[in-house]
Amino acid sequence: MIKRVLIMVIAILIAFWFLTPIVLIVISSLTPSAEYYDPHRILPRSLTLDHLRSLFVTLGGWRATLNSIQVAGMSIGISFLFGLPAAYALTRFVFKGKNSIRLGILLTRSFPVLIIGIPLLILYMRVGISDTLLGVALAHTSMVLPFVVLISSSIIGGISVEYEEAGMIFGLSRFGSFMRITMPLVLPGLAASAIFAFIMSWNEVFVAAILTVGNRTLPAHILNAAMTAPDYFKFAAGTIMAVPAMIFIFFTRKYLMSLWGISLK
Amino acid sequence: MAEVKIEGVKKYFGNVKALNGIDLTIEDGKFVVLLGPSGCGKTTLLRCMSGLEKLTEGKIFFGNRDVSNHAPKSRNVSMVFQSYAVWPHMKVYDNIAYPMKIKKFDKQEIKKRVVDTAKLLGISELLERYPVQLSGGQRQRVAVARAIVLEPAVLMMDEPLSNLDALLRVLMRSELKKLQERLGTTTVYVTHDQVEAMTMGDLIAVMQDGIIQQYGKPEDIYHKPSNKFIAGFIGSPQMNFIDVEVRKNGSVHLLAPEIDIECTPDMSEKITKGDFGKLIMGIRPESINHVADKNAIPIKGTVYFTERLGAETIVHLKVGEMRIISRIAGDEIFEEDTPMNMYVPPSKIHLFDPESEESILD
Repeated sequence: MIKRVLIMVIAILIAFWFLTPIVLIVISSLTPSAEYYDPHRILPRSLTLDHLRSLFVTLGGWRATLNSIQVAGMSIGISFLFGLPAAYALTRFVFKGKNSIRLGILLTRSFPVLIIGIPLLILYMRVGISDTLLGVALAHTSMVLPFVVLISSSIIGGISVEYEEAGMIFGLSRFGSFMRITMPLVLPGLAASAIFAFIMSWNEVFVAAILTVGNRTLPAHILNAAMTAPDYFKFAAGTIMAVPAMIFIFFTRKYLMSLWGISLK
Repeated sequence: MAEVKIEGVKKYFGNVKALNGIDLTIEDGKFVVLLGPSGCGKTTLLRCMSGLEKLTEGKIFFGNRDVSNHAPKSRNVSMVFQSYAVWPHMKVYDNIAYPMKIKKFDKQEIKKRVVDTAKLLGISELLERYPVQLSGGQRQRVAVARAIVLEPAVLMMDEPLSNLDALLRVLMRSELKKLQERLGTTTVYVTHDQVEAMTMGDLIAVMQDGIIQQYGKPEDIYHKPSNKFIAGFIGSPQMNFIDVEVRKNGSVHLLAPEIDIECTPDMSEKITKGDFGKLIMGIRPESINHVADKNAIPIKGTVYFTERLGAETIVHLKVGEMRIISRIAGDEIFEEDTPMNMYVPPSKIHLFDPESEESILD
């Protein structure tokens, strides 16, 4: 009994630790400017959507949001196009150097994308894709692709190879068997990892800020626009950044959990 | 339906020689069991026949079709997997119908075949269920139904009974065998269970170290094992192996402490011909009896331990420094540590060359 209470208390404390800043950010973003600067108030008497509106409409936040969605969409598309076959090969085939390749993929995750930002910018200027969404998407792909390969390979590994072999015995090619037998079984897991990849791209600030000037993604745009604006704008920007990601995670939490423990039956 | 001919098949995984030269002919309509301990290559051989593994060397024919380089889908084979591999995202009906859907059968034809096959296997009630809602035994029936619905040239089964409980296993053994007799499909069945092999197979291929050690009828494998490995692998409890010395003075004798066996003329001839000084003698526990038969040779020992199983009694007899195991029908009581004579008919003795471990009699 005491143990239960103790666990509850600790759980509440941890929840507070993580939730308090988020709640404060959301409240501040909704506080009218006059009340925000009133030193005698913690909680506002009334709430307003003005800051969010001006951030979206006047300051170009809406366009930046669309940019962000496009960038994330492209980098997810490219990552799965190349990542899925790679993941399949890593899971199903035995070949020399397989573990080194796996380790190599993991290693690319260990240095920040930031350090390739400047070289990439120079390269992009030569090729002519600087300040384009495709450019940012490619940079994000370098971050998302290894994640997709590693996660997909463990998702595919969770599906017994005999299902696929049965497909091949009963009349499908290897590719056909993958598409028609394995794919339907791994789809929920892949969808969850796609959403996670989306959030990775959605949250990435630095590379996007280096690579673009006019065509900024939402975080890069906010970095630029909100940092010089009054505090409540900063909080409004924080809300815009955090809420979509939180909604995504809320609806896919079941799959995200299984993504790391992987048990797909 | 087809005859299967395997010629000089080799399969290497890197440096591991999983199959090291297999030659095997399976007559049309026969039920052949590939039997062997784990790692002997039996599953690899099956997978090579199905096309799931590529051959390193050799050829495989179904009838007069050379299928060595064909993809599994164009070999017209089917398989029951060890894990059943019943597709979890399809209902039972769709699982059985899917092979026909892929081959673009007419809808009416598919339905008729699924219904007929389901009836044959007693799973008509389950057609609308998903595999997760089935027991292991039911799932297996679905796997078998899917495998036979298209009337394959060769039906393959990879340890299909190993995941069932003991009672169901005995039941399915006879059912699968009856089903195969009725369909007349050439069947290759992989198992490490000698009882399954003995009861189900028309022919058994005993494998070890990537080669077929002996290929023959179950009774021949049991009565005339071609080497010591097979003799020890088939039969439970295991055959007794006794190192004996050969002595010739007039007639040929086999000697071990407390044992002196006078050879039959047939045995003597073969021993003399091979000029053996030492041999390994093999006697099955069930060939050793406590009742003296005519011509039976006595073995003197003391009772060390008995296992009374009800239908039979296993007696561990201490003979000199050796332990000899005897299997006696019926429930018998023997006092431990008392002297006892056991009897062996000379015709039931197996002899193996100690060098090559090959049988010298058969």
